[in-house]
Amino acid sequence: MKIVVDFDLCQSHALCTQAAPEVFEVRDDGFLYILQETPPEGLRGKVQKAVSECPTGAITIEG
Amino acid sequence: MRRIVVVGGSLAGVRSLEALRAEGHDGELVLVGKEPHAPYDRPPLSKQVLRGEWPAEKTRLRFDPAALGVSMRLGVSATSLDALAQRLSLSDGTTLDYDGLVIATGADARRAPQSMPGAQLGNVHVLRTLDDALALHAALVHKPSVCVIGAGFIGLEVASSCRALGLSCTVVEPLAIPLANKIGTTMAELIAQMHRDAGVVLRTGVGVAALEGGANVERARLTDGTTIDAQLVVVGIGVTPNVAWLDGSGVAIGDGVECDATCASSVSNIVAAGDIARWPNAFSGQRARVEHWTHAVEQAAHAAKRLLRGPAFNEPFSPVPYFWSDQLGVKIQFAGHALGGADADELRVVEGSVAERKLVALFGRKDRVVGVLALGKPARLVHYRKRIADGMRWDEAVPLS
Repeated sequence: MKIVVDFDLCQSHALCTQAAPEVFEVRDDGFLYILQETPPEGLRGKVQKAVSECPTGAITIEG
Repeated sequence: MRRIVVVGGSLAGVRSLEALRAEGHDGELVLVGKEPHAPYDRPPLSKQVLRGEWPAEKTRLRFDPAALGVSMRLGVSATSLDALAQRLSLSDGTTLDYDGLVIATGADARRAPQSMPGAQLGNVHVLRTLDDALALHAALVHKPSVCVIGAGFIGLEVASSCRALGLSCTVVEPLAIPLANKIGTTMAELIAQMHRDAGVVLRTGVGVAALEGGANVERARLTDGTTIDAQLVVVGIGVTPNVAWLDGSGVAIGDGVECDATCASSVSNIVAAGDIARWPNAFSGQRARVEHWTHAVEQAAHAAKRLLRGPAFNEPFSPVPYFWSDQLGVKIQFAGHALGGADADELRVVEGSVAERKLVALFGRKDRVVGVLALGKPARLVHYRKRIADGMRWDEAVPLS
């Protein structure tokens, strides 16, 4: 599983950081950082929740 | 269940389909949607689409009916329902039987009342659908001066987009302070001032009595007798839930589909999600409809579980409502109770300040934090929303790390 974020779409709502804090972090600069580009399979459910809740559809999973 | 039909081809409908598959439904899935377009996302309509920055295709929801095994019936609306026979009648004259049904028919924009003189004039718009947005964008290209009726979120986003396009724009709103019923008077006044500073003319505490002109609108006459010159009018006075097709169906309806705490309708194999569902939210203590994006996503997932697992699934749907609005280049976000026209008992700016127009404010009622507003600080709100869901006390109303 590989995380892909379209940073042109991301508006830093940061809902992903609640759904999958192991993978997503929005720092004080207001930008989203991906902590693990290829997170372990065990996190798939959380990452899917992040994808689903992203208001701008900026996150996709490859693989 | 062999066949589940989802009526309504917008966000709640699409997310219901995805959730039904994710929850293990391996029977048939059918989507009935009255618009001919593939399902699309609404938030960009009043912003990127209106300003001409995005083509229509970019609003399309990420959704693969073939991969999910969904039969698509687009451009067709449900005209009636017989819940006893478990049968839908469709606008193309056919019928469709189901074992389980998700009602996600949402709401339509309320238009200027027929009783208002001039309501039928040309260049009087609403903004709800993709076609509405494209028509409005095409009209704005001619650089009209614009009058927006109603300073809710849609009205203020339209005003914001008009200013971005360099158009003069007047907003007419019966409330003394726009949005005060949602976010309290203090914060609403700050947002109103931001609009005035951006050149939006706000006419508050007054209504529109009539629209006047020839074939097309030329001016709006207000209830105080003054007039506003406008070659284009946008009516943004809320929505009406699409329940007419459910008359006589056996499903209890009122201001929406009346649901229980689990999103089930009055009929056991029918659930509802999105703008149309009126349900008791244990968090807010209110029975209401919620018309926000995140709400549609969360409720669709919950309703899908309820439909598949039946009454044994008794988990109440009790989210902390979250919405956002983009106005004048600033993201406005709110989570919690709507404040109903007054300030909460307590209001505390915990991050930033009113002066810099970047802030996080908490709203308190009795000993609880009941809401959080973020202005120009998009990433901060989620921290507080989670704490509010966990029952944040007012004496904990301090900046979170």
